[in-house]
Amino acid sequence: MNNNELRYFANEVRKSIIIGTHSAKAGHPGGSLSAADIFTFLYFEEMHIDPLNPTMPDRDRFVLSKGQTAPGLYGVMAERGYFPKEEIPTLRHTGARLQGHPSMQYLPGIDMSSGSLGQGISVACGMAKGAKIQNKDFRVYTLLGDGELEEGQVWEAAMFAGAKKLDNLVVIVDNNNLQIDGTITEVNNPYPIDKKFEAFNFHVINIDGNDFDQIRAAFKEARATKGMPTAIIAKTVKGKGVSFMENNVNWHGVAPNDEQFEIAMKDLERIGEEIG
Amino acid sequence: MADVKKIATRQSYGEALRDLAEEYPNLVVLDADLSNATKTGVFKKAYPDRFINCGIAESDMMGIAAGLSTTGLIPFASTFAMFATGRAYEQVRNSIGYPHLNVKIGATHAGISVGEDGASHQCLEDLALMRMIPGMVVMCPADDTEARMAVKAALDYVGPVYIRFGRAAVPVVFGDDYKFEIGKGAILREGTDVTVVANGLCVASALEAADKLAAEGISAEVINICTIKPLDDDLIIASAKKTGKVVTAEEHSIVGGLGGAVAECLSEKCPTPLYRIGVRDRFGESGPAGELLKKYKLDGQGVYEQIKEFVAK
Repeated sequence: MNNNELRYFANEVRKSIIIGTHSAKAGHPGGSLSAADIFTFLYFEEMHIDPLNPTMPDRDRFVLSKGQTAPGLYGVMAERGYFPKEEIPTLRHTGARLQGHPSMQYLPGIDMSSGSLGQGISVACGMAKGAKIQNKDFRVYTLLGDGELEEGQVWEAAMFAGAKKLDNLVVIVDNNNLQIDGTITEVNNPYPIDKKFEAFNFHVINIDGNDFDQIRAAFKEARATKGMPTAIIAKTVKGKGVSFMENNVNWHGVAPNDEQFEIAMKDLERIGEEIG
Repeated sequence: MADVKKIATRQSYGEALRDLAEEYPNLVVLDADLSNATKTGVFKKAYPDRFINCGIAESDMMGIAAGLSTTGLIPFASTFAMFATGRAYEQVRNSIGYPHLNVKIGATHAGISVGEDGASHQCLEDLALMRMIPGMVVMCPADDTEARMAVKAALDYVGPVYIRFGRAAVPVVFGDDYKFEIGKGAILREGTDVTVVANGLCVASALEAADKLAAEGISAEVINICTIKPLDDDLIIASAKKTGKVVTAEEHSIVGGLGGAVAECLSEKCPTPLYRIGVRDRFGESGPAGELLKKYKLDGQGVYEQIKEFVAK
């Protein structure tokens, strides 16, 4: 898939994020939008998956460790055909499959329930180790927030991944620089992120996480890396694609109202027209 | 009970894992740097490729176990009860319980019989903590025989299971003909004056107490409840109706464990006078296991005295 096609789907994912959180009157648009390009690349290009056979034993696995950005994951899954796009507005509604944080009990295709920060990366390590033990060649991907790196469990898991040489594991950090209470340096500085993962025996790749050329190259490099896990530190723009949400901490966990919804959708329609 | 064979259930655990490994090729065992103490080292020695040492990182270990289970393996995650259920509580709840994954938690060194290490390592809350998690099976075997059977039953059951094992050697109560089933209790001794519901090492104490009571003309019915969740309500209620008095006995806080479970069951379905024997809402302390069990009145004599006092009321 070429970059323009990927951009198109990423923009559709962003629309779903806005539609879902607007309908829910809650949710986390900022960090969903920042990671939309990564979600899109993983589900349209990188991972060996079959939306019609979501429990295929040898599929690649994805764990959304930063579970609050479920709207982005749901957006890409709907785009990919795991479930009808018409279901996006049911986000966070009573009885919906689209729970506030991803639940494998509710929605087929979710490889792991998540939401409590720091836990997803451990589960991803277990999946990767499980592949190694059983001599299977599926790969495991997990997406973390940069604020999430403040959780100690992340580093327990990173130590395990490095020690056990889980080269079938790719940890992606969505480095949008913002968490609920402010910039990640105002709250509790996790920088330097790349050097930390290096110290835990990861192969580290720094990229612009909203640039498909760089995303593509990073995942290719990760695939070629043997004997150690890979960490992709993806510098991104929180709220990417929606003018008034970009780099604005106030859009971490707040949904757009009706008026803001109209503006956001116009922004995304315009981007869509530019893509063609 | 001088001549009775004694084995620590943690030893039974490690040996059961090893003995079942051939029959269950998907079984893998995790530990957090305590394989010597939890006895998973017995398994590690025989099956090093199926043993994963996670280091001193219990929270991570629970997540790793969750991940392994999603790939078709059956992980037994092992550490002391304190760390398995205390430190890693939220990981067990959110990464294992909520997605209802096929993870088994084998927790050793539960209760005050940990002994000299003292209160920081004597988990008296694990059964309560695990019992609160929806869908979690919670077991506390009484002896070597039952511990081995519980491990096998956990492997056959699909879903999360917590099994509690002890550090101290305890009397072997059951023969090889013992029939074990998850969720089923067993009447070990029939009686008419008082029902004693026990688990773990308190089963042997309850049987000893029943002998002493019998000598004084008090007929105690002793029930072993290995599975605290799901609880064998029917068995307990039937016995409560017969005797009209119920005592629970466990090496756990009287809050939330077997005593709590039986109290919930009886107060809702069959109100019956109840006395809970256990650690009475306090922390433990250092000392040899035998001395502590005596001090906290969890040995045969202590259980006997407490039942006698309750029955006399």
